[in-house]
Amino acid sequence: MNTTQILFWFLSGLALVSALMVLLSKNPIHSILWLILVFFSISGHYILLNAQFLAIVNLIVYAGAIMVLFLFVVMLMNLSKEKEDQKNVWMKLSGIIAGGCFLVSTCNVIFNAQVVSKELAGKTALLKEGSIGLIGPLGKALFNDYVVPFEISSVLFLSAMVGAVVIGKKD
Amino acid sequence: MQTFQKMQALTNRAKAVDRKPMTFLERIYLWNILKGMLITFSHIFKKKPTIRFPEQTRTFSPVFRGLHVLNRDEEGRERCTACGLCAVACPAEAITMEAAERLPGEENLYREEKYAARYEINMLRCIFCGLCEEACPKDAIYLSETFTPTNFTRESFIYGKDNLLIPNPKTEAADLAKAKGM
Amino acid sequence: MTLLTLDWILLIEKLVLIVVIILASLGIALYTTFAERKVAAILQDRPGPSRAGPYGLLQPLADGVKMFTKEDIIPNAASKWLFILGPGLAMTASLMTCAVIPWGGTIELFHRKIDLQIADVNIGILYIFAVVSMGIYGIMIGGWASNNKFSLMASLRAASQAISYELAMGLSLIAVLMVTNTLSLGEIVKQQQTGWWNIVYQPLGFLIFFICALAECNRTPFDLPEAENELNFGYHQEYSSMKLGFYLFAEYINMIMSSAVMASVYFGGYDIPFVDDAHVYASIGNWAALIQVGVLLAKVVGFIFLFMWIRWTIPRFRYDQLMNLGWKSMIPLALFNMLVTGALILLRMNHWHF
Repeated sequence: MNTTQILFWFLSGLALVSALMVLLSKNPIHSILWLILVFFSISGHYILLNAQFLAIVNLIVYAGAIMVLFLFVVMLMNLSKEKEDQKNVWMKLSGIIAGGCFLVSTCNVIFNAQVVSKELAGKTALLKEGSIGLIGPLGKALFNDYVVPFEISSVLFLSAMVGAVVIGKKD
Repeated sequence: MQTFQKMQALTNRAKAVDRKPMTFLERIYLWNILKGMLITFSHIFKKKPTIRFPEQTRTFSPVFRGLHVLNRDEEGRERCTACGLCAVACPAEAITMEAAERLPGEENLYREEKYAARYEINMLRCIFCGLCEEACPKDAIYLSETFTPTNFTRESFIYGKDNLLIPNPKTEAADLAKAKGM
Repeated sequence: MTLLTLDWILLIEKLVLIVVIILASLGIALYTTFAERKVAAILQDRPGPSRAGPYGLLQPLADGVKMFTKEDIIPNAASKWLFILGPGLAMTASLMTCAVIPWGGTIELFHRKIDLQIADVNIGILYIFAVVSMGIYGIMIGGWASNNKFSLMASLRAASQAISYELAMGLSLIAVLMVTNTLSLGEIVKQQQTGWWNIVYQPLGFLIFFICALAECNRTPFDLPEAENELNFGYHQEYSSMKLGFYLFAEYINMIMSSAVMASVYFGGYDIPFVDDAHVYASIGNWAALIQVGVLLAKVVGFIFLFMWIRWTIPRFRYDQLMNLGWKSMIPLALFNMLVTGALILLRMNHWHF
């Protein structure tokens, strides 16, 4: 094993353990803190893949802003253990179905990748190869090849903002 | 009938309040913040009025009323006769005393036939008004030009005769000179 | 083991650099607490701390000893591990910032060129942003784990304030990045050595960045998370001993780091003003790098004085004023600044023709 492989296995283990802890911890605040750890280990993976920009943006946006808002909401909601057990069976079922769909599709992607490109098979990480995660190539890709999806997603955000303003307005 | 008139200004320092809407320069506040910062900056160069206490002391005026002393006469005898006028005069009721009769052979210690066996002033109650000094018919109590030192317990602020009496001019002349600051 | 293929000398060199920089920033932070008290005193016509050592120079040591020897209280109702984690996180996050700041040029020792920068990553500024946003967790976790309503409210305030001002800060930085065309702090400083300082191109951007830096460091006009008269002590109310010391210390280190970032991005970093640095290097070699470090430190000290000067001049904002300023003034101004900068850059690329 070389250093990158050690790092890869360490980060993967960390990500899996903390992802499990997100689900298993009783206290929602602890769940969020474990989730932050998940984001950190995922950022570590990005760095191993030479995608420093993605790693840092992941930290800024998810760990830095969105998780703070999560903490905010959870701290203000004052969740208690008594209220937690009243979950609907249908909610659980739909959760299982949605999670299962996601699992199937990610497995599909992973196996396809091994079939399509032979050089990926049996490797842990592509260290210092590929530059799509750096800021220059990423910007070029986003604004040349994927302009339309990019702009459409910004419209989505705009609609979310408008929705927030409408909800927040007093009348 | 007296009409209510506008009160006459006592000084010429009164200023009319400016209620004009703020100009653009005032509304962005930066200019005013800058002015405020210049004011604080100018204080860097001002003289500091601090007195560094234990090394430097403030000069007191001659009428300063500080810590009490119980006086002795020229021959070193205590002047106090425990008449209680100071305790009566004291508005804070800080003074208590116990009288005793002078025994034969103590003439060199006490001036009169009656003296204060116990004389206590509670310095936490005392307001240093100086009425005890004025009330004393025997010139026995005076307020000096020092103030009460700090301490850790309340009991230690009850000053007895051992704290209040001045050194004997006959036997402890050097101490007396030191206490007078000579 | 292929571990041995690592460049061990580089590793040792970096470790030494990390230790030196962290110790130096801790030392500076120690004396920043002293400077704060001294500056406050001088601006208020007082002598300030002057008893411990000559001119009171040993005061920070006395404070440190006091902090260490006080009783360390963990409240019964507090969530213990998070209560301990909070100050640690705050301290770590503020110290991590120093990794990407270029503290000087290159030193040549034992035939090796040593950069006085721990890591010249090509996303330097974004790294600082990420680390700063981690710092909020220290405050939030500490405030929540204390199990005290005042602490919780203060930590919520801190978080919302930090998020609001991070936006304007980011927008004002985008304008600089458009001018410099790079995210690496080392590269930004090198560009300013040959050309003008960025403050010439971005005066408005600097103003916005400065105000946002004040807000991010919880310094006075924006120190609502620790507003004594509203929240008793803010997020560190339940803390005592060195845990409280960590929070206070983290604030000062944040101040130093944000000063260093401002100096690097807008004021030429370690660039010696009015002198061609390459010439200095050619004539005195390694000493030039040391002079550069000194110049950067002088700039940092200047900013720290400005921070303190503002603290002892301007009173605290009300919370709604804070939010109004952030969302209704700073963000539109930063957007305007960004648009104007973009337009001017486009015009220049087009040789000043429409």
